[in-house]
Amino acid sequence: MRTILYLIRKEFIQIFRNRFISKAIFAVPIIQMLILVPAVTFEIRNIDLCIIDNDYSSESRRLINKLEGSAFFRITFTTWSENEANDLMHKNKCRVILNIPSGFGRELGSGRPASLIASVDAINASVAQLSWAYLNGVITDLNRENSSAAKGSLVQSPPPIIEMTNRYWYNEKLDYKYYMLPGILVILVTAIGFLLAGLNMVREKEIGTIEQINVTPVRKHQFIIAKMVPFLIIGLIDLALGLLIGKLTFNIPFEGSIMLLFLGATLFLIAVLGMALLVSTLSSTQQQFMFVAFFFVIVFILMSGIFTPFESMPVWAQKFDLVNPVAWLIRINRMVMLKGSGINDISTELIALAIIALLSTLFAVLRYRKTV
Amino acid sequence: MTGNRVISVRNLVKKFGSFTANDNLNFDVYEGEIFGFLGANGAGKTTALRILSGLSAPTSGEVMVAGYDATKESEMIKRNIGYMCQKFSLYEDLTVRENIMLYGGIYGMSRQLIREQEQKLLNRLNFNEFRNRVISDLPLGLRQKLAFSVALLHQPKIIFLDEPTGGVDPITRRQFWEMIYETASAGITIFVTTHYMDEAEYCDRVCIMNEGRIVALDTPENLKKQYNALNVEEVFIKIARPLKETV
Repeated sequence: MRTILYLIRKEFIQIFRNRFISKAIFAVPIIQMLILVPAVTFEIRNIDLCIIDNDYSSESRRLINKLEGSAFFRITFTTWSENEANDLMHKNKCRVILNIPSGFGRELGSGRPASLIASVDAINASVAQLSWAYLNGVITDLNRENSSAAKGSLVQSPPPIIEMTNRYWYNEKLDYKYYMLPGILVILVTAIGFLLAGLNMVREKEIGTIEQINVTPVRKHQFIIAKMVPFLIIGLIDLALGLLIGKLTFNIPFEGSIMLLFLGATLFLIAVLGMALLVSTLSSTQQQFMFVAFFFVIVFILMSGIFTPFESMPVWAQKFDLVNPVAWLIRINRMVMLKGSGINDISTELIALAIIALLSTLFAVLRYRKTV
Repeated sequence: MTGNRVISVRNLVKKFGSFTANDNLNFDVYEGEIFGFLGANGAGKTTALRILSGLSAPTSGEVMVAGYDATKESEMIKRNIGYMCQKFSLYEDLTVRENIMLYGGIYGMSRQLIREQEQKLLNRLNFNEFRNRVISDLPLGLRQKLAFSVALLHQPKIIFLDEPTGGVDPITRRQFWEMIYETASAGITIFVTTHYMDEAEYCDRVCIMNEGRIVALDTPENLKKQYNALNVEEVFIKIARPLKETV
């Protein structure tokens, strides 16, 4: 135990004596929170719309005004030429082309169905679907206005319609920041945990100081634990810092128990640190480590469900996420922070993280060789 | 040779794939002896030293160090030896004191004992003014002396030195060897590798290695007599050259 304390002391001295790292470990998370949380959003607004108005009637004018009034669309171009519109789409100047054919107003005025043609840039499938849905919403609105205006002249009463009211739970204002922030907290801790600890270990190999440790009676687990503890503590401090920024800057709701959140983060950090140290025992240079670590971190984050709903991933990907600590902690963070879930609600997640933490640390200790 | 055997090596073989780094080594080292391992780069000196200090496992053969088997009890060996390697191995971003504290702590020395040893060490090296300086600020010669002293901090029975004077100026080398003598006279066995032939003269016995094999092992005087040479350098050249030519 005393040996571990001496080693931990050494790690802390080294971390804080390094002018760059000692500042970066606190500056990076702050900057990350301030930039990523407001920047990463799925809300789709200001879709660039190009209108080909071949009708030029009061009806087409009304449609255009309606679109202009919506927060979702920004009419960037109006033209008569279909070729010009296609060209604009090709150059990424607009995402949607709405073609109003001539005779649109006349058909409507005479009570016959009129038609519109919309072309949507579908490179990003979800943006395309949403654009189409928003456009449809505007048209439906217009249809309803038209039919109620025509109601006076009709004898028949309109057919009964089903009214539905809804309530959004846990995030009533549908604020994407609330959804993203708990996830970004995890990314922040991942960077500290995975990259710093692993690099630190490989650096000792590169410089050769690890030889001097290997020739002493230091036990393998003592050395691994001493490499983990400082980054575990720094990771938790960074998490606290991130939460504080979330509260002060974005007024993020915090429904659950802070202790529970930190319990999850502790298990997560042990898991990630274990994996990082395992990778570093397998690599002999910082370059090798970085290459493999980058791969791990990217895969873990992209498959974690931070950007894409976990449930819509293919089954094999969901299976993979059983060993992905990032996925587990993002779920814990969202549940605890937004839903106020208690320890019973997240017991599966906690147990999973504990198992990953145990195994990865065990493998790191076993794989670390004092005698080659 | 009088005294107890502290290292005994029988039929030691170390292979890296198809390359044989140590080919059937046999030798003994006695308590309080300065035992020199001599050879060109790549002769297998460092490999042998790493096996003796428990950093590397032998492919076959029997190696006993300080009464423990290097194959099965390498961790017990590590408790009883000191080690200083050619690549400078103190933590460069820690101060002199912090390094002493760390290594003392690792070997389970009490805080009180570490402090006493630290003071003795600093006095002996005349190092008091450097105690709070980080290692990277010190000139190489001072670092090597310090590394040697730190390796002795826990009072090991045997100390392994892997080319300890590499890249150091002649005066510091001289001082370094004085430290080695002092240590040996206190009963600590010194196992040192070098490729400086003049340093071989300072050893009680030298073992000359060539391409993984021991080609000569005796006191410097006997070797010089046997090969009719003025100094160990000549011995080395006489031994190494005919071997090369037969290849």
